[in-house]
Amino acid sequence: MKFFKDLGSIFVRNVKGSLRNPVWLFVGFFQPILYLLLFAPLLKNLSVVPGFPQGGAYTVFTPGLLVMLALFGSAYAGFTLVDHIRQGFLERLLVTPASRLAILLGYLLRDVVTLLIQSLIVVLIALPLGLKVSPTGLLVTFGFMILTAVLTATCSYSLAMVLKREDSMASVINIVTTPLLLLSGITLPLTLAPTIIKSIASVNPFAYEVTATRSLFLGNFSDSAIPIALVFLGVLVVLSFWWATRSFRKAAA
Amino acid sequence: MQIIEIKGLRKSFKGRKGKGRPEVVEAVKGIDLNVEKGEIFGFLGPNGAGKSTTLRILATLLAPDGGSATIAGLDVGSDPKKVRKLIGYVSQAGGTDPDSSGRENLLLQAALYGLDSASAHRRTEELIDALALSEFVDRFAKHYSGGQKRKLDIAVGMVNRPEILFLDEPTTGLDPLSRSQLWAQIRALRKMGTTVFLTTHSMEEADALCDRIAIMDKGRIVAMGSPAELKSAIQGDILSLTVNHVDDAPAIAMKTLQGHELVREITSDGGNLKLVVTHGGEALPVILRALEGTGVGIANVALSRPSLDDVFLRATGHSLKDDAVVASTVSAAPSASHKE
Repeated sequence: MKFFKDLGSIFVRNVKGSLRNPVWLFVGFFQPILYLLLFAPLLKNLSVVPGFPQGGAYTVFTPGLLVMLALFGSAYAGFTLVDHIRQGFLERLLVTPASRLAILLGYLLRDVVTLLIQSLIVVLIALPLGLKVSPTGLLVTFGFMILTAVLTATCSYSLAMVLKREDSMASVINIVTTPLLLLSGITLPLTLAPTIIKSIASVNPFAYEVTATRSLFLGNFSDSAIPIALVFLGVLVVLSFWWATRSFRKAAA
Repeated sequence: MQIIEIKGLRKSFKGRKGKGRPEVVEAVKGIDLNVEKGEIFGFLGPNGAGKSTTLRILATLLAPDGGSATIAGLDVGSDPKKVRKLIGYVSQAGGTDPDSSGRENLLLQAALYGLDSASAHRRTEELIDALALSEFVDRFAKHYSGGQKRKLDIAVGMVNRPEILFLDEPTTGLDPLSRSQLWAQIRALRKMGTTVFLTTHSMEEADALCDRIAIMDKGRIVAMGSPAELKSAIQGDILSLTVNHVDDAPAIAMKTLQGHELVREITSDGGNLKLVVTHGGEALPVILRALEGTGVGIANVALSRPSLDDVFLRATGHSLKDDAVVASTVSAAPSASHKE
């Protein structure tokens, strides 16, 4: 079908583009690997503190790290698009009969595939360090990762079409993602947090996602954080698509 | 046959001037025009005249605020998908992907127009031949020279054999050789029956390349026709005089020639006087004789046919050449520095 063929053509072009500028692929997951090697060991002695989730340092920390990877790695996806707008490449795609949605999904698919490969590498590095993970839980976690990547990358593309500049984009992304990260319990579990921070975090979808993926790693599928995170992310993905199609329509202006 | 029909087309943008309050910028203020199938039609005008905005509306990238535009009878606003199959569009930025080779650029475009792999390769080869891309087509586009990149841009715009090809300032920034090569290629497109609609701020280009032009200024079309028609509307020849810039010589020359029976219009810029006369050959000796005895020394005399800049000047009241300043015209008061 023409739609999937177009999606595929854009995807292939973007994968080639990434492979020809591989530095971005490494920048994206260099940070999580540093956290894994240099920060996670600090948690080993903390894991006996009351309130620390069960399962050992790596089993607690790795899921958070994956969410961080999905959030941060995909947040900068729009940089590619800013460049494509500047080169006139996006306009060139938009004057062809290809569907706008197929074009957007062609960009997103590249981001999702990149993220899954990076995540797999992080998990493979964490395993010999002491990570224990339920295989089914890991699969479902990857499902969460896909949702997160689609959400942040879509927002990043919309932002690119509104701002059309890398520097102003970088500031906005930092302002938005840093509090989300701090309030999601990625580095240290929120169970250790004072009540005030806990209550702010209770409206942060990524906090639920981190809790949910921790339970998934332990094979605990009955945690209520799992459906809450799923609904939260699902709604946000729909909203982000609405925003993206709107700004796509206005992109040429 | 009219391939493009535009009626009362309007488009405004919400802009922001500096830090100040938002303001509405009217980029296109209600234009009407028709383009014949198979012609090279040009929009001539300075930056900000509304040329690119109009082109992007026609290319389905922008929705108009008012009026209508149809391509081969299809409305660009309500039937964009069908319109896209008929057109090619090359933006000012070009649109080639720098991280791909020229060939990959062409194959991607072919795929998006729905060609199967075999036809895509065949079409790509045709375009490589037609636009002489073979020398560099397998290198990454980011290493191309300006002229090579432009050729590829146009090849990409031609992949779907468009009925009409839109080129937004195709030769801006090209060296003279690449520019004349590109002109030859655009003429070759016309020979194959493609309608070409381009924008330019070069009068020379509009004159040399276009069958018909519309002169655009501040969102409006101020004159339209073939270059020859537009120039003959001035009816007459341009007599340029350079007078020795001593004392009041330019002012005296102006005073002497203003109202002269053979001089229809006169403009001056320092020591350079431009006169519109009905018959250059007849007027020249008469004018020179009139200046004799006034003490005005003449450094240079030239007789020419009206250029598109003269047309532009007459239609808009300002020159298209940014540096040209029209000091005074026949209707304006004589120079204020004039001492008696």
